[in-house]
Amino acid sequence: MEMLRVYSSLLAIVAGLLTGLIVLSITNPGQAWAAFNTMLFAGFRRGLRSVGNVVYFASPIILTGLSVGFAFKTGLFNIGATGQLLFGTYAALHIAIRWTFLGPFAWVVGLAAAVIAGALWGVIPGILKAYKGVHEVVSTIMMNYIALFLVNFLVRRNIYNSLNNESLPVPRGGIIPKFGFDRVFAGSNIQGAFVVAVVATVLIYILLNKTVLGFELKAVGLNRHASRYAGIDEKRRIVIAMMVAGALAGAAGAGIFLSDSLTFLKVHDTMPTEGFMGISVALLGLKEPIGVFLAGLFFGYLIVGGQTMQLFDLAPEVIDVITGMIVYFSALSLVFESLAVKVFRKLTREGEP
Amino acid sequence: MIFLLQQMLFFSMPLMVVAVGGLFSERSGIVNIALEGMMIFGGFVGILFLFLFTGRMSGQYALAIAMGLATLAGMFLGLMHAYASVTMKANQAISGMALNILAPAVAVFVAKEVTPSELIPFRQRFFIPVVPVLADIPILGPVLFQRAYITTYVAIAVFVVSLIVIKKTRFGLRLRASGEHPHALDAAGVKVSRIRYAGVLISGGLAGLGGIIFFIPTSVEFSASVSGYGFLAIAVLVFSRWEIKRIIATSFFFGLMQTIASAFSGIPFLAEISFIPAEFYRMLPYVATLVVLSLSRGESAAPAAIGVPYDVSAR
Repeated sequence: MEMLRVYSSLLAIVAGLLTGLIVLSITNPGQAWAAFNTMLFAGFRRGLRSVGNVVYFASPIILTGLSVGFAFKTGLFNIGATGQLLFGTYAALHIAIRWTFLGPFAWVVGLAAAVIAGALWGVIPGILKAYKGVHEVVSTIMMNYIALFLVNFLVRRNIYNSLNNESLPVPRGGIIPKFGFDRVFAGSNIQGAFVVAVVATVLIYILLNKTVLGFELKAVGLNRHASRYAGIDEKRRIVIAMMVAGALAGAAGAGIFLSDSLTFLKVHDTMPTEGFMGISVALLGLKEPIGVFLAGLFFGYLIVGGQTMQLFDLAPEVIDVITGMIVYFSALSLVFESLAVKVFRKLTREGEP
Repeated sequence: MIFLLQQMLFFSMPLMVVAVGGLFSERSGIVNIALEGMMIFGGFVGILFLFLFTGRMSGQYALAIAMGLATLAGMFLGLMHAYASVTMKANQAISGMALNILAPAVAVFVAKEVTPSELIPFRQRFFIPVVPVLADIPILGPVLFQRAYITTYVAIAVFVVSLIVIKKTRFGLRLRASGEHPHALDAAGVKVSRIRYAGVLISGGLAGLGGIIFFIPTSVEFSASVSGYGFLAIAVLVFSRWEIKRIIATSFFFGLMQTIASAFSGIPFLAEISFIPAEFYRMLPYVATLVVLSLSRGESAAPAAIGVPYDVSAR
């Protein structure tokens, strides 16, 4: 049955890629196949250097993917990873830029602040859901926009580079160290966020599969009422789940911006894409930590492939079309999956004497 | 003052149309968080038409066709959403998010193919300088009938027609029943799936139309983003507690907040003398919606069967 779920994910990937190929063929029939091929193999084209870039793009979306996937496990749809990421980012940047007295430890405090700020942003919809019955899809959408405008305001007030309309650069001590990965993947843009993503994946795996709390969270996700009957305080578990989800998204924010990749937080009206990417990653990764890790790498690989599209005068956004189709098909395949599980159960039951 | 009122109208009208669109879907029992994507796609198809056929026909006719195409484009995404959530009984929020990712991606991709940048420009020539007679009415005249856009009249017409459809017709009654108690509807011999398809298709059409209503008066180019207006329309719908009559007032209130915020960036002097920064006006609609939601004892206002795929065998 586990294999069945993996197949449904692979099916979504194939369907998404096929759509991408069709879109390319319509816009540029002559070079579509060449472009598609280049895109598919770009992640390995220049050896470890390309792989390093894949990891660079994958790291933050693994973290937001874990955030969305973890909430899914407790039966919650966290669309708010974007807002949690933004609020976490601001906390991290504020400390890294303004608290210079921390010296080389600024990144530790910055990362911790991002985790706490993200958790805080996640806890609010959690409380509203558990104690007020407010649906988390609506409340997290609202929280996203509240975060966007609040962070714009705070950046402009405290850490503003008015010349480029963005946040100030992060000093050395605020950058998450790379633990030697930059030498392994020489020439690539790999960042310390990768280490954060690996650690988070392991921690979430242990939390979900080896602890009582993880078991209870999953139980609440499977059946809220049965869990309460079994003596689990399901309201409290919902709040905890959203808190952890928010913390992961906050860490993603620190991972993106406490880096020397020349990314700055822009002051404008559009959301960072990593939050919504987390939804795609979580669905493709079947909501499991290891699956999310692999799905994150896959999407990172796709992003590197998309960048080669400029060689063919095609827009890199073709990968967003593929991503959108993968999410759409995984929404459908969840149905196939539950249908197949039902049939499977029926068959095995009939087989018994 | 007149200018600000007119500006408020331009901000409120798309919100109203898209929120009414959302109402059609959610009243039928299908969550529609794809309003943002549908708006973008509608605006994209409509403005692409204006870009390609600019100068070949007179302004208002071109705009009318563009609005029609925008509606069809929105309905296409509505069809995708309805197929996933009604026929396939998929998770409606996931399907909606997929469309929110897909629509701007397609728009940017095509825009980059037909223009040098990702922006699709269109010539600003759609306003009617003065509507005879009506323009002389005090206050209302200058706001509604000078430098007016037909998009505004279309928006008002959409609202009035929708109000009648929802409140006074058999279809409206069935639509509401489909969201509250689909089994009763089924028992009465009406196909729930057909009503839900209709609701989601109308929803997509109105959201697509809202997309072009958003772009025409306030912009000169299409930019694959409607600055979160689709999500703001969801806030309008929730704040109005799924009641169509309340949508008009909520849209004006949320539009007013946008106007104040954008007036700040237009007139820096205002921003300097104000104690409250512009961002707080942008935030206020979302905060207000959250507060209303948490005070109104949960979702008692939301349609009872919302988000639940219809299962005949559960009757």
